[in-house]
Amino acid sequence: MKIAVLQFGGSNCDYDVLYVLTEVVGVDAEIVWYKDELKGYDGVVVPGGFSYGDYLRAGAIAARAPIMNSVRKMADKGLPVVGICNGFQILVESGLLPGALMTNRYPKFRCDRVNLRVDNNTSPFTNSFKKGQVIRIPIAHMEGNYFAQEHTLSELNSQDRVAFRYVDEQGNATSEANPNGSSENIAGILNEQGNILGMMPHPERASENILGSKDGKKIFDSMVEYISSF
Amino acid sequence: MQYHAEVTIGLKSGMLDPEATTIQKALENLGFPTDSLEMQKRFVLELDAPSKDEAKSRVDEMCRRLLANPVIHNFDIEIEESG
Repeated sequence: MKIAVLQFGGSNCDYDVLYVLTEVVGVDAEIVWYKDELKGYDGVVVPGGFSYGDYLRAGAIAARAPIMNSVRKMADKGLPVVGICNGFQILVESGLLPGALMTNRYPKFRCDRVNLRVDNNTSPFTNSFKKGQVIRIPIAHMEGNYFAQEHTLSELNSQDRVAFRYVDEQGNATSEANPNGSSENIAGILNEQGNILGMMPHPERASENILGSKDGKKIFDSMVEYISSF
Repeated sequence: MQYHAEVTIGLKSGMLDPEATTIQKALENLGFPTDSLEMQKRFVLELDAPSKDEAKSRVDEMCRRLLANPVIHNFDIEIEESG
């Protein structure tokens, strides 16, 4: 098993993800430069950062890079794909996930630890959590305000495709607990087949006790387990 | 034939734009109250095409595939012969 961590010009969480996969989770993984061939991998992580300097719109240019066609083909085969932060922005811009990520409601960069409620615990990324469990993972973004049209939101809800919502410590999705103005406090969503996850919070920054939380590691652990049983 | 195209892209009506709201408040603080303020992006380009219709349809596709995000944006295209 080998997992690819994509690298665009301006990616900056690529080596954090690689470290967590290889050193903490203990799985074979490598960085794949966006101009190289994406072949022979069993899963993909699109990491955070500022690909192409956020030119035009965050994630817009990277989403149109040819390597994303290979990511699409892997996803079509059912292999797991995770986009984190800028990676989530790239996945929505590429159309692999619905909606858009807009400038935060208070237009500033938010870097904070937030509480997330696990709303879907049946996906390959979230099946080691309990449904409704509150986990703690940091965010660091300026454009994390998830927007989708009414019909998309109702589809996400009815198909149980909201993976995570921003909540308070008790698990309530209040407006105070919403760090960026996202529709319905949405922090992470799944595609229809459930094998693509996009999330604004950074699980790779919450994978070791020394960083204050290991909740994020479970997402990578589950992904690896899913690949093993594929 | 050479064509000159101007593309204007803005958020769909009713969508919140916190950046525009902040700028509007800053203007108000300077003594310039306004009833509304929208921010738009404008792209100015020159391109070769066999006809004006063809030029317009190419720019339209550029907007759909990259320049605009159809989930949140409207766009407007103006085209004229140049050169």
